Amino acid sequence: MMFLQSLLSGILTGGVYALAGIGMSLVFGVMNISNFAHGDLMMLGMYLAYFAFTLLHIDPYLALLLIIPTAFLFGFMMEKIFINRVINHPHQNQILLTIGLGLIMSNTALLAFSSDPKILTTSYSSSAVTPLDGISLSLPLLFSFAITCLITAILYLFLSKSSTGMALRATSQNREAAQLMGINVAKMSAIAFGIGTSLAATAGALIAPTYYIHPLAGHSFLLKAFTICVLGGLGSVVGAAVGGLIIGVVESMASTYISSDWKDVVVFVLFLAVLLLRPEGLFGKKGGQ
Amino acid sequence: MLNIENLNAGYGEMQVLRSINITIAKGEIVSVVGSNGAGKSTLLKAISGTVKSKGKITYNHESLLALPPHQIVQRGIVHVPEGRKIFLEMTVVENLLMGGYLHKKDHQQNLDRVFTLFPKLAERRNQLGGTMSGGEQQMLAIGRGLMGNPKLLLLDEPSLGLSPLFTDVVFGAIRAINSDGVTVLLVEQNVYQSLKISSRGYVIETGKIVLTGKGEELLNNQEVKKAFLGM
Repeated sequence: MMFLQSLLSGILTGGVYALAGIGMSLVFGVMNISNFAHGDLMMLGMYLAYFAFTLLHIDPYLALLLIIPTAFLFGFMMEKIFINRVINHPHQNQILLTIGLGLIMSNTALLAFSSDPKILTTSYSSSAVTPLDGISLSLPLLFSFAITCLITAILYLFLSKSSTGMALRATSQNREAAQLMGINVAKMSAIAFGIGTSLAATAGALIAPTYYIHPLAGHSFLLKAFTICVLGGLGSVVGAAVGGLIIGVVESMASTYISSDWKDVVVFVLFLAVLLLRPEGLFGKKGGQ
Repeated sequence: MLNIENLNAGYGEMQVLRSINITIAKGEIVSVVGSNGAGKSTLLKAISGTVKSKGKITYNHESLLALPPHQIVQRGIVHVPEGRKIFLEMTVVENLLMGGYLHKKDHQQNLDRVFTLFPKLAERRNQLGGTMSGGEQQMLAIGRGLMGNPKLLLLDEPSLGLSPLFTDVVFGAIRAINSDGVTVLLVEQNVYQSLKISSRGYVIETGKIVLTGKGEELLNNQEVKKAFLGM
């Protein structure tokens, strides 16, 4: 029973991690940039959900309808103004730029919202369902998981069927050839970054009802998103989805069977093991950078 | 149709092309031949806007120099790059549809056209690009180019690394495409075959045009024979 409980809660949390990982992976695939501001974009999503709830009295899940387009626009503009300047530059420049942007966001949040953690308490925050005796699943996490599945399915359909989605994949597979097809790759980069940002913000909003909301909350999630990307294979959307679930389950198992203090250690040992044994990731291609 | 005057291009500090002059008239097949590293690919990249260049490139009296690559494609100049550069994780059909990204209305008609030209692609329509042989990938790369409704097709080393059989298929296809009214600029190391199907040719050496003439003339030229044909 303990095993099943641990597995199920791991999958539920992992789903939200997956969402963050997919966003980071998509950006990496299309733009070949590791976005170190990804965690801070998640943090912004948490605050957006918090303020939508406290100021506008909108349910955090309903608020996604506002958060997703806002975050997309924010990411799109951020790419147009900052990120596109480093797209053909060495990786260290890109890393410095995205870390810098992340620091600006987290420190602005510190100034504006103070370092006191906020808690978003909805009427169902501590509700749980018990599908079986001895198994209890948190209702907000179940909601979050369902929304994650829905968004991932929509994203998958968009990438595999729509013309823009196919152009994004083409750009990710071969940027030069995509250009020769008449695809405006600069626009694709901005769209990818916009989607990446909305996925990060969505993940942030989805965990807002179950986590402390704090200006520096993004940092631990950045590390997780990065681990997920490497685990799944950088640039692979499917890999990131699976990677997210794996990290969620491993964390949950580690807290159950070892100790919750050790869960991060277990995750990073797994991360190192993947780097050693299968550096291209579970779904990655050999020979990538 | 295309007019290149005093074109200089290169990568960073390294200059590759030096004052190149080339003209292409509508309906022609024009070859640019030369050895490895002479600047043939750079010339095509300069035309398609993927390499920065200085000088003059005009297409139907409009300058191409200030245009980004995707707008040059829009004008009907389609570049089939060296090394095919197909989308490895897309199927044959998806690759072709990407080629027709700017011409969605013509997808069905153009797919039929490509599948008639290369029946093998029709057989393999749901196979992933990355799992195909070099010759099949080259057919796919040319087919993908045709999906973009080219008026001027730039072909970079289409026979590179192909067996003699596939080379014949590719050169046959180039002729067929040209007789459909598409102007072709062909860059090749296979001097004999490409000059044979060309109305005119240019010989490029270390970034400069050193010789130009009708295809037949160049084939009979002593220097060309000595340098490229081993005669």
